[in-house]
Amino acid sequence: MKELTKMSALEIGRMIKAKEITVLDAVKAQLEVIKERDPEYRCFITVLEEEAYAQAAEVQKRIDAGELEDSPLAGVPMAVKDNICTKGIRTTCASKILYNFEPVYDATVIEKLKRAGAVIIGKTNMDEFAMGSTTETSHFGETKNPWDISCVPGGSSGGSAAAVAAEEIFYALGSDTGGSIRQPAGYCGVAGMKPTYGTVSRYGLIAYASSLDQIGTFGRNISDCAAALEIISGHDAKDSTSVNAEGFQYTKSLVDDVKGLRIGIPKDYLGTGLEEDVKESILKAAEVFRSKGAIVEEFELHSVDYAVPSYYVIACAEASSNLSRFDGVKYGYRSAKAEGLQEVYKNTRSEGFGNEVKRRMMIGAFVLSSGYYDAFYNKALKVRAIINEGFQRAFEKYDIILGPTAPQTAPALGESLSDPLKMYLSDIYTVSVNLAGLPAVSIPCGRDSRGLPIGMQLIGRHFGENEIIRAAYSFEQSEQYERPAAIAAESKEGKSSVLQEGIGHESI
Amino acid sequence: MKITEDTVKYVAALAKLTVSEEEQQKVAEDLDRILDYIETMNGLDTDGVEPMSHVLPMKNVFREDIVTNRDEREQLLRNAPKQKDGSFAVPKTVE
Amino acid sequence: MKAYETVIGLEVHVELATKSKIFCGCTTQFGGDPNTHVCPVCSGMPGTLPVLNKQVVEFAMAAGLALNCSITQKCKFDRKNYFYPDLPKAYQISQLYLPICRDGGIEIETEAGKKTVRIHEIHMEEDAGKLVHDPWEDCTLVDYNRCGVPLIEIVSEPDMRSAEEVIAYLEKLRLILQYLGVSDCKMQEGSLRADINLSVREVGVPEFGTRTEMKNMNSFKAIGRAIEGERKRQIELLEDGGKVIQETRRWDDNKDTSFAMRSKEDAQDYRYFPEPDLPPIEISDEWLQAVRAHQPELRDEKMLRYEKEFGIPEYDALIITGSKQLADLFEKTVALCQKPKEVSNWLMVETMRLLKEQEMDPEEITFTPAQLAGLIKLVDGNKINRTVAKEVFEKVFKENVDPEAYVEKHGLGLVSDDGVLRSAIRQVIENNPQSVRDYMGGKSRAMGFLVGQAMKEMKGKADPGMVNQIVKEMLDAM
Ligand SMILES: [Mg+2]
Ligand SMILES: [Zn+2]
Repeated sequence: MKELTKMSALEIGRMIKAKEITVLDAVKAQLEVIKERDPEYRCFITVLEEEAYAQAAEVQKRIDAGELEDSPLAGVPMAVKDNICTKGIRTTCASKILYNFEPVYDATVIEKLKRAGAVIIGKTNMDEFAMGSTTETSHFGETKNPWDISCVPGGSSGGSAAAVAAEEIFYALGSDTGGSIRQPAGYCGVAGMKPTYGTVSRYGLIAYASSLDQIGTFGRNISDCAAALEIISGHDAKDSTSVNAEGFQYTKSLVDDVKGLRIGIPKDYLGTGLEEDVKESILKAAEVFRSKGAIVEEFELHSVDYAVPSYYVIACAEASSNLSRFDGVKYGYRSAKAEGLQEVYKNTRSEGFGNEVKRRMMIGAFVLSSGYYDAFYNKALKVRAIINEGFQRAFEKYDIILGPTAPQTAPALGESLSDPLKMYLSDIYTVSVNLAGLPAVSIPCGRDSRGLPIGMQLIGRHFGENEIIRAAYSFEQSEQYERPAAIAAESKEGKSSVLQEGIGHESI
Repeated sequence: MKITEDTVKYVAALAKLTVSEEEQQKVAEDLDRILDYIETMNGLDTDGVEPMSHVLPMKNVFREDIVTNRDEREQLLRNAPKQKDGSFAVPKTVE
Repeated sequence: MKAYETVIGLEVHVELATKSKIFCGCTTQFGGDPNTHVCPVCSGMPGTLPVLNKQVVEFAMAAGLALNCSITQKCKFDRKNYFYPDLPKAYQISQLYLPICRDGGIEIETEAGKKTVRIHEIHMEEDAGKLVHDPWEDCTLVDYNRCGVPLIEIVSEPDMRSAEEVIAYLEKLRLILQYLGVSDCKMQEGSLRADINLSVREVGVPEFGTRTEMKNMNSFKAIGRAIEGERKRQIELLEDGGKVIQETRRWDDNKDTSFAMRSKEDAQDYRYFPEPDLPPIEISDEWLQAVRAHQPELRDEKMLRYEKEFGIPEYDALIITGSKQLADLFEKTVALCQKPKEVSNWLMVETMRLLKEQEMDPEEITFTPAQLAGLIKLVDGNKINRTVAKEVFEKVFKENVDPEAYVEKHGLGLVSDDGVLRSAIRQVIENNPQSVRDYMGGKSRAMGFLVGQAMKEMKGKADPGMVNQIVKEMLDAM
């Protein structure tokens, strides 16, 4: 049964449709692996065993009735980051303040997944309120990187990334505000995709920074990411920032062809701070594209250094407002030792939030406070405009921007917590994408000297998902998917990769 | 930029957080360092630049004036730490 | 004592007459059991997002146009951040940087003469919930039914100098908004609430004094008393060598004094910033033109039309148009019975008398245009006489009776049956031979007596014209 969990999501979907296996087989296999491995990796906050079996039976019925013909991932077990609301199922944002919170409605993405016959098997671990780059700030304990359990999986969607890497799930949803999908995808050696702002409804995503947040997908390859994104994207009348477009078609771009594709590499992304191994891998990847007929050039993107400060001002400001509703009145934790309203507020929030969240709320309150708004918040919005403009200019010349996902590979557990500023700086290549609302994907492109995966980021123009999917797919055809040693060791076939079989676009 | 302990008290009050006396100095130093870094933004000339709060040029997203919701009080109160008579209950607010 | 001048500016919150709330599909209906007009969006559940009700924008534009404002064609929402249990998101979606209307004003008239009160701005925002003290447990209960009801906040310049001016301004404002149909402006239900910013200064001093703010005043009477009370308090303070502190005060109408609301524990710093969940609003010239074209007739126009079209005296037109309710009642009744002067008379005389007697506002009238039109038709068709009509109207006014059914049931109709009248008159003539003789002898006055007797016999329910005619006819035939 364990062999099943090595398959790609699309392959499992195909096998279910072909009646080679049942939905229940897939669910059982997946739960078995979770039970075995999750005590070590802690990818999940909540595992939904009973619900998953119930869903499996229901989805099987729908499949047998021929209802889900156009749904390639019907019946495939998947997982959802724990900041996405699931009706009646605890949704914690990995925070004590929501330790017992059960939403009264499903997020739009959950509704869409259910319609497509997804079997939601659990809620994944994350940095508290998605504020972090390591998944160490979770109230429920840190997630470990399946490649090396002394390392972090990245964050904030570290639970989803690690679960996909550890084969505890076929595909998963994450959210990306400043790199929270792409960076852990990079650290865990899986594919992670953040679509253009407005492509996926944010209704039901517990907001961190509203103007930056986007839900996206993780898979062990770009095909799974694209197929999952196809399910969850599209206009939603409940989200005013959702773009009014229907039927995004991503899987049609799973084509091995980059001839004539113009790829730009910002020189500014290869400078100081970038680890040598990472740089080498990126340049090697550029060569792969070149050899396949793409036009690859280096260029100056400018203003790169201003992205992180601008990002932190905007994200913290919005967060300080978004997280004010957690006050012990309507839901979640309320301090037991509170007399009077002010103490309910202060004690609840002081006891309920972790340090990083508190720090960002205070930064946010500061940059918006009277006397500082113009110098900080408004300034950051102007910097944002300039960064966006820089990208627009670049996309006049290039179809895709290529670079590293992060300046380094996964750091050791505990290393980042002591120095928040250093952690913020590790987001240097990812945050500007959110500031400009662009789509981007991180896919594995080699390993460093310690054997840890290196992530490559492909950035597209607004609604340019199809180009980056095509490039990522082409790249994957030349680079075999690697699994963490601990996971691979359990495979009878040793290094042979079941995952690589049958994922060409014919099978979709 | 110099974040004082008074500033820490002020922003903590705005955010409804308590920072203990012992933590105050450490928090002040942390924030100071972060804000110092943030101020490197000033190296970029933004004169005449329009601040960008929305990344896509969207506008005029409306709904029609139609009542669509029903009473779902029981559901909405389900997560309340304290409720009474169909209402959320908090310590008294009147002076 | 020195001579002081009072300087007053108002912030008026008006709940808009939309069917649904500003950012969700919950009803705006007043009342309802606590938290039954609430959904995940307006109760601030995590993950929910606002979607703007288009009608709110159009109502705000209509109000702005009627109050002579310029419309901000590129406007947007901002968040105002503060913690309070009636505000479930801990921020109010409001407008700070680009409010929808700016730089307007209206003319008011008091005994001191005419003047313009300038309007600084009008912005759109969401209402907060309601807090109720629970005395049994000494806690506060939070009801979000009102939370998310759309508001416009109309901010005046500090142009008013007395309670009379304030009330004139508010009355004018209320009338305009009611005529527009953007709000019912029911103060008792909180759909019009005023915050009063008041300061005093010595006459001749150019600078304003320090002001205080009194929040959520919800009756004209209380506003009048609050202004008087706060004015006195500030003057006494200054006369005693004290200083006015800028603060929010609560007016206690029972104790006839204001007191400082316990200053919030923390400084007020609302940390406004552009609402990221709502894209900006761009009002095109065409849209603005369409709203302008749909503006209903306001009071001044209506008054002129009543005089011209219906021949109603100026004074009557003034009174009737002084209330949207009365004007609506007037027009609908006229449409049913085509008797504008009659309708106007009933409103001006009997309606006003009963309103005064019952201490009611025109807004509280419950009878329908159909009822009044029915009554007028009864009089017009000689079905009842005027005395009876007044009696029936009182029943219509107080108990909403159907006039036809009421007249029928109580036998109040005029007797117009020729046979019945003739037999009654024959009886009167037989019983009064002297009067008949007098008439025959040329004393025409005697006929009047006979008619009176006949009316008496009919207990007043006879058509006097008809009685007159029959008496004359019978006498002449003798
Ligand atoms: Mg306001
Ligand atoms: Zn609602």
